[in-house]
Amino acid sequence: MRIKPRNASDYALIAFPAGMLALFFVVPFGIMITVSFFQRVQGAFYEPAFVLENYARFLSMFFAGILGFSLGLAALVAVICVILAFPFTYMLTRQSRRVQVVWLVFLLSVLSLSEVLIGFGWSTLLSRTAGITNLFVALGLMETPMSLTPGFGAVLTGMVYQAFPYTVLVLYPALSRLDPTLVEAARTLGSSPARSFFNVIVPALRNSIVSTLIMVFVFALGCYLLPQLLGRPSQWTLSVLITDQAIYQSNMPFAAAMAVFLVLVSLSFVALALLVGKREHTG
Amino acid sequence: MSGLVFDAVEKQFGAFTAISETTLTIPQGKFVCLLGPSGCGKTTLLRMIAGLESPTRGRILLDGRDITRLPVHKRDFGMVFQSLALFPHLSVGENVAYPLRIRGTGKADCFKAVQRLLDLVQLPDMANRPVSKLSGGQRQRVAIARALALSPQLFLLDEPLSALDAKLRESMQIELKQLQRKLGITTIVVTHDQREAMTMADLVVVMSEGKVHQVAPPVEIYRRPRDAFVAGFIGMTNLLKGRVAAPGRLAVAGGILAVPGLPATGEASISVRPENVQVGKMTQANGDGDLEGRVSYIRDLGASIEIYLEVAGEQIVAVCSPYNRPDITDGDSVRVHFPPDDCVVVGA
Repeated sequence: MRIKPRNASDYALIAFPAGMLALFFVVPFGIMITVSFFQRVQGAFYEPAFVLENYARFLSMFFAGILGFSLGLAALVAVICVILAFPFTYMLTRQSRRVQVVWLVFLLSVLSLSEVLIGFGWSTLLSRTAGITNLFVALGLMETPMSLTPGFGAVLTGMVYQAFPYTVLVLYPALSRLDPTLVEAARTLGSSPARSFFNVIVPALRNSIVSTLIMVFVFALGCYLLPQLLGRPSQWTLSVLITDQAIYQSNMPFAAAMAVFLVLVSLSFVALALLVGKREHTG
Repeated sequence: MSGLVFDAVEKQFGAFTAISETTLTIPQGKFVCLLGPSGCGKTTLLRMIAGLESPTRGRILLDGRDITRLPVHKRDFGMVFQSLALFPHLSVGENVAYPLRIRGTGKADCFKAVQRLLDLVQLPDMANRPVSKLSGGQRQRVAIARALALSPQLFLLDEPLSALDAKLRESMQIELKQLQRKLGITTIVVTHDQREAMTMADLVVVMSEGKVHQVAPPVEIYRRPRDAFVAGFIGMTNLLKGRVAAPGRLAVAGGILAVPGLPATGEASISVRPENVQVGKMTQANGDGDLEGRVSYIRDLGASIEIYLEVAGEQIVAVCSPYNRPDITDGDSVRVHFPPDDCVVVGA
């Protein structure tokens, strides 16, 4: 049942969180939008103005390529994470309470690792001198140890590793609420376990899967250290370039313009995905 | 051998014994109710038939074939779950067609089968409805249609009517019984409602605490309960404890009753249904099976009258119809007669 707020005192309850949200999210975002129209002063910082050149500057094939790569990488990470995390989470919800708690605590601790730690961890693991290829050599699977980083594979691995616990935690509530008799019913109707997973559980949770894909996509889009630590410059995402412009080139207005653009693009992707999900649901 | 056979089946969950060693035969084509209080193991028994649980010990045979280790999806039994377990992402027709589609039945054949099944459960023209738009009774029918889609050898239902309101439940009971008769399919229903079992079953299996107490037709369960649990669980009853005084004579508190089928010596308990207890004025001569009692309360329900009596410190209930109501009131001393043929020995 939904209770509607009736008077001012009912709204007072949400006044504090609303205020915090305004202070720490809406205000900085507003500042960023404002700065994106400011004029950069060469050798100094920036001065108030209203120019569009910051936006005009990245309307080029170079930035279009970077943007395309960033979105593609985030989408790939989201898809891989959901494909891996969905069966994993399903199995997890079928375990005893205690096993579930241990796994969830473990995943939360992985989630609490900073991007820097994950990046350096993986760059060591994928290196020639101390990496997993040495293990493969010892097992006789490879001739000589080799370096797997920097490269696209390394970036992808690092980002999937970072986003996986997040994906599990987003999927967990929906999967643990799933009626276990749905699968049993499918089995009594002649469906093998694997088959009932694909034609009952997955479609029954279609909406959760779509929303998880969106959340992981947005999560991966904000990743800016891993591509730098594990990738070549050609694998740098828009987030890396924004950081580069803001911190190393001191070009705040340009960085702000790129950030605003990235937010708008990802928001429109989210809206699109929601729209598609809604149409599927009602259709 | 025809039918479903439990051969010394036992089921444990860890240290908990859900089903103690049980041997049971369910004949082909019958409507069977597994009846008992919650937690008695009736659902576990049903789930073992479906293959959703496997017995810790013993074998389950169907028409002489051992199906103990046969995977669920190869058994081809239709099952209706307590939660109904309709697939939320599929329409009514797609739900019913699911088992056919799994087996690669063509679209046209699926369509025909869905029409036939939905007609059978009296839900024609509903195939395109989403499941979420159905009422409780309609969802029930869809679940039944889906379970029958394969023309299964066994039709299993786990508390199928528990979510419906009382009136709808009664009409569904009769409908389910008629459906079973029409199809002649061996049907096993789990229920904790004895009225439901009495309405539908050809054979009732009374269970408690993982044990089968009695397997018999409903009327026999009612008239000839094998033990005190069955007598007390099915309908109202009066239980009297006593000691065998002479062959066919049981000494209970307040007098001696004539009871057939008593053991030679020792203690015995009998069950007498309230409608068999006869109450009369003290003026008549006392005979065998007569005790003296006092009326403590008369409850007139219109269609029937319940007379609560105190006999030697024990409460006895008698039920009579308005047409042969004895001329007594609260506080009267009365003669309480237990007809020997209605006294059923239910153990020591």
